[in-house]
Amino acid sequence: MYQFNYIKAKSVEEASIALSNNPEAKILAGGMTLIPTMKQRLASPEQLIDIRQIEELKFIKLESNNIIVGSVSNHFEVYDSKVIKEHLPALSRLAENIGDPHVRNMGTIGGSISNNDPTADYPAACLGLGAIIKTSKREIKAEEFFVDLFETSLEEDEIVTQVSFPIIKSSCYMKFPNPASRYAMAGVFISKSDKEIRVAVTGAGENGVFRWKEMENALSNDWSVSSADSVKISSDGIMSDIHGNSDYRANLVNVMATRAVENLVNEH
Amino acid sequence: MPLVEMEVNGKKMSSNVEERQLLVHFLRDDLNLTGTHVGCDTSQCGSCVIHIDGHAVKSCSMLAIQANNASITTIEGLANEDQLHPVQEAFKENHGLQCGFCTPGMIMAAVDLIKRKPVLNEKIVREELEGNLCRCTGYQNIVKSILAAAEKVQA
Repeated sequence: MYQFNYIKAKSVEEASIALSNNPEAKILAGGMTLIPTMKQRLASPEQLIDIRQIEELKFIKLESNNIIVGSVSNHFEVYDSKVIKEHLPALSRLAENIGDPHVRNMGTIGGSISNNDPTADYPAACLGLGAIIKTSKREIKAEEFFVDLFETSLEEDEIVTQVSFPIIKSSCYMKFPNPASRYAMAGVFISKSDKEIRVAVTGAGENGVFRWKEMENALSNDWSVSSADSVKISSDGIMSDIHGNSDYRANLVNVMATRAVENLVNEH
Repeated sequence: MPLVEMEVNGKKMSSNVEERQLLVHFLRDDLNLTGTHVGCDTSQCGSCVIHIDGHAVKSCSMLAIQANNASITTIEGLANEDQLHPVQEAFKENHGLQCGFCTPGMIMAAVDLIKRKPVLNEKIVREELEGNLCRCTGYQNIVKSILAAAEKVQA
């Protein structure tokens, strides 16, 4: 690992100032992507600003019709949260299946979405539920937050502070994990509220997480398993790599979506 | 070099560390606690698992300086003098290892698992061992050891 200097921020304000003072600095939260990347010398930040122990970022709470998760909450805490288990069980189950137990004890929701790995799970939940991402500067809708592979609309000196998920009881996440890494080969998050049906796909898109509008339309017209089963995603724009080609992945997206609808139809 | 303070296996200590030093190297090279192993360089194998403030983490994917003020337990801190920890005892009785390289991480993961989920079955144990690789045993006796240990702890 290349040499760097390290500061432990005590508040979001302190972290923001340090970040805007040094364009070569990076925020360190759980470090479950950043540190392995630095070990491989694929990243060499000049400075790490550790925010993992900032108290104001460590909370999970229910506020009117939303679950608000502080950005340094780790995956185990999201899975284990009573409030989330009760009101948004799909989010709890999603967190339960990220990586492995040791990674879940360190990796954070803010780190995951800020990294915007195209095969990460949380981006699907954010887009599939219509989450609002609050930062040190503003509030950003999930649609505007995730831009492209490993790219978000965050500015250089902006830090994610919390994610607000609307409580949509009828929601489900189905993923086909890569057998080695447990990252999604394809993951589909579906939510059905009084207002709309949202279908978000991770692990598959060449530009990262996306909303699958054809499936949303089909399900809005006819909320049924056969309706889900009748829509097939085109393999254009679907990732192709050593783990699977685009046709294979496109098929996984279809299967995961149908399973999610099956699950929701049977539940209610 | 910055100063870190920790409690390691019940003993308070402090030391100067380089910012880039990984926690596992600090434990092994500076504190001579070589029971914690490094089996890969990609954060996948889990032979470096230790407990920080009671939670299992991979010490190869964390900086020593991130563990400032933390309480750490390594495999060396499990046994009570000559009395092995029940999970260690179960691995011994059930032949839960062959070469032994992954064993410290397996045992630390198992102790954490049994604490979180006292009632276990084979399926849960296999799922929970997602972050720990063993290249000898095919996991059969590791799973058996953990189930036996969980039963003993329950009783």
